Amino acid sequence: MDNLILNILTPLIIFAFIALFTLFAVYAERKIAGFVQDRLGPMETGKFGLLQTFADILKLLQKEFISPRAADRLLFALAPIVIFVAVFIGYSVMPWSPGLIPAQTHTGLFFIMAVVSIDAIGILMAGWGSNNKYSLLGAIRAISQMISYEIPIGLSLIAAVMISQTLDLSLIATNQGIEAQTDIFFLGIWQVNEIGGFLAWNIFQAPHLLIAYVIFFIASLAECNRAPFDIPEAESELIGGFHTEYGGIRFAFIFLAEYAMMFLVAMLGTVIFLGGWNTPLPNIGGLPLAHWTSGIIWGIFWTLSKSLFIVAVQIWIRWTLPRFRADQLMALCWKVLIPLAFVTMAISGLWRILVMI
Amino acid sequence: MMLKTTLKGLTTAIKGLRLTVSHLFRARKQRQSVDIKQAKYFDQQEGVATVQYPKVQMPIPEVARYQLDVEIDDCIVCDLCAKACPVDCIDIQAIKSPQAIGHTSDGSVKRLYAAKFDIDMAKCMYCGLCTVVCPTECIIMTDQYDRTSSNLADLTYSFSDLNEQQILQRKAEWTQFQAEKEAAKSKR
Repeated sequence: MDNLILNILTPLIIFAFIALFTLFAVYAERKIAGFVQDRLGPMETGKFGLLQTFADILKLLQKEFISPRAADRLLFALAPIVIFVAVFIGYSVMPWSPGLIPAQTHTGLFFIMAVVSIDAIGILMAGWGSNNKYSLLGAIRAISQMISYEIPIGLSLIAAVMISQTLDLSLIATNQGIEAQTDIFFLGIWQVNEIGGFLAWNIFQAPHLLIAYVIFFIASLAECNRAPFDIPEAESELIGGFHTEYGGIRFAFIFLAEYAMMFLVAMLGTVIFLGGWNTPLPNIGGLPLAHWTSGIIWGIFWTLSKSLFIVAVQIWIRWTLPRFRADQLMALCWKVLIPLAFVTMAISGLWRILVMI
Repeated sequence: MMLKTTLKGLTTAIKGLRLTVSHLFRARKQRQSVDIKQAKYFDQQEGVATVQYPKVQMPIPEVARYQLDVEIDDCIVCDLCAKACPVDCIDIQAIKSPQAIGHTSDGSVKRLYAAKFDIDMAKCMYCGLCTVVCPTECIIMTDQYDRTSSNLADLTYSFSDLNEQQILQRKAEWTQFQAEKEAAKSKR
């Protein structure tokens, strides 16, 4: 009985977190966009416009369901659910803190890669079901982009997995801090099991993973259809792309999925490359900063703050760089990111053989 | 070739990111609204440019052309403004008075009542010609520029200070005066 309650409660908490995160991320997005462009952003609804996103979501909830007459009703209605569920399930294997993980699996990373790619099917369903040429064009672009960019993501993750030798996300995170179960070395030479902190993170354990992380980050931007890779949505060319025909709560769910995806990839990058829940503060001599700042609560704090920082960088990039052209997008993926990811993977293999022995 | 473009793309992206983040942090400052006539008007290059309009208003030049206002007590109902108006947005109906009504503030004698003095601000093109021709300077341009309304009729400003009864009364007075004059003529 207790298990049942826990199994119901966990998804609810995750959903509540996603909803809350989306509300504040949209607010942050609009504020940062405003400041970057010497504007103020929302100011009227509540103090400093804090209630703006709540007002937005209230407006969306009140709207009626409208489906275009020519739309494929089943696909049109199912698509937002598929899109959201694909991302939502991804959260089930994300570790938040030592021992705090919704579902402990040995193949968490594999699971997440498999589940998140269902997102592409949802987007294709939305674009096809809308029966609107812009939506279909947006969906086709989204599919080509997401499938292409899954390759560099996969390769850069493999490079990291070759170093950590496990697909279990919580074990990957554990092995980047003071509680590591194997010997870990800063840059492959200096044992840092006792010192911990940022020195034990994967990107510092093997420095070529820094490049792998950059590849992962760029590809994950494309994976969640964010600027500068937002050609599937491209407001100016495709009037919103695959979600043009959606309104009300269905649109809200597509939007929710987009922001949930942002946080998911930020968190995945954090867990794989940036030490997950582990503190960035190392033990220095008699000052055991790493021990002081470890634990369940601290773990959640570090996971959240690292992931939110990455989300902030994503927002920052969105309001800086202009949109890629479709051919530039493909050229970046196939001619730059994939070869580079292969190189990092090869270095990982050599590192494993030559340095870590 | 590919390497060169990639490196160039990366460096320019970093340049752009530095630019945006510097703007992000400069947004702590707010640009003050300064009169354009002041010498240091162009000195402010940093900070938030937004003026939160209804709460903060920018200084506007004195000679600017905004909405019209009529000081009806000074008006001699000469109809010059209506004739000068290029878009015919001023509608005046005059009623003659048997005797001088009074004096305007600059000493002109008033001999006409304004039964109707309507300015249709929706038609007005803000040329200011009416204010130029006015002999008593009773029609002026104010500094008001933000009048919005969901009802088009609200944009027709009515400046006449007579109500319907008074209009009827004035008309009756004038017809009576004329009738008396006619009577006097015919008697003679």
